[in-house]
Amino acid sequence: MNELLLARWQFAITCTYHYFFVPLTLGLSILVAIMETRYARTGDEVFKRMAKFWGKLFLINFAMGVATGLVMEFQFGMNWSEYARFVGDIFGAPLAIEALLAFFLEATFLGIWIFGWDKLSKSLHAAAMWMVAIGSNMSALWILIANSFMQQPVGYTIRNGRAEMTDFFVLITNPNVRFQFPHVIAAGITTAAFFVLGISAYHLLRKSHDLEVFRRSFRIAVVYAVIGTVLVILVGHGQTQHMIDTQPMKMAAAEALMQTEDPASFSLLSIVNEADMTDIFSIRIPGLLSFLAYNTFQGEVKGIHELQVTYQDLYGPGNYVPPVAVSYWTFRLMVGAGFLMALLALVGLYLVFRERFEQQRLYLTLLVPAIALPYIANTTGWLLTEVGRQPWIVFGLQKTEDAVSPAVSAGMVLFSLATFTVLYGALMVADIYLLSKYAKSGPEGQEDLSPAGAH
Amino acid sequence: MDLNTIWFILIGVLFTGFFFLEGFDFGVGILLPFLGKEDKERRIIINTIGPHWDANEVWLVTAGGAMFAAFPNWYATLFSGFYLALFLMLLTMILRAVAFEFRSKDKNPRWRSWWDWMIFVGSLVPALLWGVAMANLLRGVPIDASMTYVGGFFNLLNPFALLCGLTFVLVFTLHGAIFLTLKTDGQISKRARAVAKALWIPAVVSLVLALGMGYFGTGMAARLGVAPIVVPLIAVVALLLVSWFLYRERTGLAFVLTGVTIAFSTITLFMGLYPRVMVSSLSPDWSLTIYNASSSPYTLKVMSIVALILLPIVLAYQAWSYWIFRQRLVRESPLEY
Repeated sequence: MNELLLARWQFAITCTYHYFFVPLTLGLSILVAIMETRYARTGDEVFKRMAKFWGKLFLINFAMGVATGLVMEFQFGMNWSEYARFVGDIFGAPLAIEALLAFFLEATFLGIWIFGWDKLSKSLHAAAMWMVAIGSNMSALWILIANSFMQQPVGYTIRNGRAEMTDFFVLITNPNVRFQFPHVIAAGITTAAFFVLGISAYHLLRKSHDLEVFRRSFRIAVVYAVIGTVLVILVGHGQTQHMIDTQPMKMAAAEALMQTEDPASFSLLSIVNEADMTDIFSIRIPGLLSFLAYNTFQGEVKGIHELQVTYQDLYGPGNYVPPVAVSYWTFRLMVGAGFLMALLALVGLYLVFRERFEQQRLYLTLLVPAIALPYIANTTGWLLTEVGRQPWIVFGLQKTEDAVSPAVSAGMVLFSLATFTVLYGALMVADIYLLSKYAKSGPEGQEDLSPAGAH
Repeated sequence: MDLNTIWFILIGVLFTGFFFLEGFDFGVGILLPFLGKEDKERRIIINTIGPHWDANEVWLVTAGGAMFAAFPNWYATLFSGFYLALFLMLLTMILRAVAFEFRSKDKNPRWRSWWDWMIFVGSLVPALLWGVAMANLLRGVPIDASMTYVGGFFNLLNPFALLCGLTFVLVFTLHGAIFLTLKTDGQISKRARAVAKALWIPAVVSLVLALGMGYFGTGMAARLGVAPIVVPLIAVVALLLVSWFLYRERTGLAFVLTGVTIAFSTITLFMGLYPRVMVSSLSPDWSLTIYNASSSPYTLKVMSIVALILLPIVLAYQAWSYWIFRQRLVRESPLEY
């Protein structure tokens, strides 16, 4: 095991883990803010109980996101110092702005929200949650501006042996971020929607206390789920087309497309021998990939072999093919989970319109395990984004192998990696324990779980 | 003054803000298991920093981001060079952040006691390690011509750095004890005041030794001359006066003074560094400076504009949040949680 491989594993594990908590924060902050705004407007206590109930779950999740987020910021310097030197002039800026513009807002107003129930007016208190929602969603924008530079470098020049910023405005309006940001926001909405739907369904099935809280939560979340899934699919489609333009190799790997095709076929099931990049087995739908790429059944999509030759001419000898199986399966899992959620959301919307959702026990039962779907899509989506970019850390500019810290030994990374893994595993157990305890207890049960004398 | 210097000052300001604010909440965390005799008292103690600790920590995140943006080589060398120290810091800060949120969510006394100790560890270890790290920036560590740290973990544990670590812990704990005296009443407040009084002498001794060693032992006096000695002197005098105000129950002023001590100690450190940001013990030519470690003038300019606009707004709403929660927490206070 060398340092590079260990550092990659550590980044993958800590980043994936961090991202278990982020999308729920993005989406649920907005949802809780909406619920509380309705309470502030109508004075209806049901909305207050909703805001408090989902707010509690939001906080348990948020704590994990904050705690694991610090690791991400430090890690660029700790494990990837040559990357930090190479792109710091560009990459550091959005990171610093993220902290100044977004993290302060989010952290300060969340503190106010948690402890300010009896210190602020209803509307001001609801406004505090809006500030949290704005803060966290804005943090997504700035980190995605940073990540988009890695996918599609813009607004820079190579000078003094590093990438230097030449145009801040070009950097923050990176075409890639115009897809990535709405995709992530929509994914956050979807995650929160399915989280709320699943837990509400659980209580509707059990006819728990305070059913009105879950009825209303369910109705809001269904609309939210439809908005989220439709948006995520539409933007995702645009993003795929953009990927064919800017990172065709990622697309070819995601489709296991060995040879350039026109019209290009879409893979239903492919098994690939990655050693010599040949198909072992492949069922494909003719023309469909061209359609996905160009909205018409014509058009060339480049295959892995041709791209490899092109890149060798462009960047010198080397292997420019990312891990195909990972790219291929993560793409399928993400898209599959996305469409399944869209279907569930539309069925839910229909049932809500017909006022029949409480009787559909099968549908409600399905929604409980469906909480896992957004998590699958979020995780596999990022795996595709990052693994599919390999061997590059910054596409076309720096390879991952050149980015790793020379000051850090493999033993050190092995130690930190092992410790993080054990710690994160233990924290996940504690987190799920608390989330499920609070989720199952319902709004009234929650009061009992709080310490004596507390609200 | 050029942009490089402005950014050096700004990062100094961010670290000062971090040490001032997180200083007392680290202190509160360190004192938690000892000053809170039963569950409710511990909850009160945690709630004194409950609304603030997260935003206080963002000062660190911002300092790290600003370092990355303005001085990427500083960020790269420091973070990869001090790998294990920072790893330990992260580990304990993760546990601390989670502990604040998790500890009251289960009634089992062992669960609560575990997380309370994690708050303790997560406050003590980072306080200690920040002292160690800051001291080593100034003292010098093995950095080669390519700006790469070539020492090991134990290079960091020299007497000067350990003394600075101890000083950070003592001053932060004192700062936290005074904060708790201010923010609580009854038994907790009394106990916190007693702890503050007891901590004062060790804190003074440790600070004087650390500043003396820093000033005369790292070549600072030789480089800067005698004039800037005023700055560390202010830090020491402020700390000396703390006791006077503590005994007269002018706790607010005592708190301001420990704040002054923290701020002026941090300024001393940054003055000693300037224009270097990380001293190489191998060759003075290999030290990182605000010029060889910096971003391009364009990036510095963009970031200056951004910081100029955003920082005042951040300060304003963060101050407002302290204003909202300005009252003392008494046993009868509704303990939101």
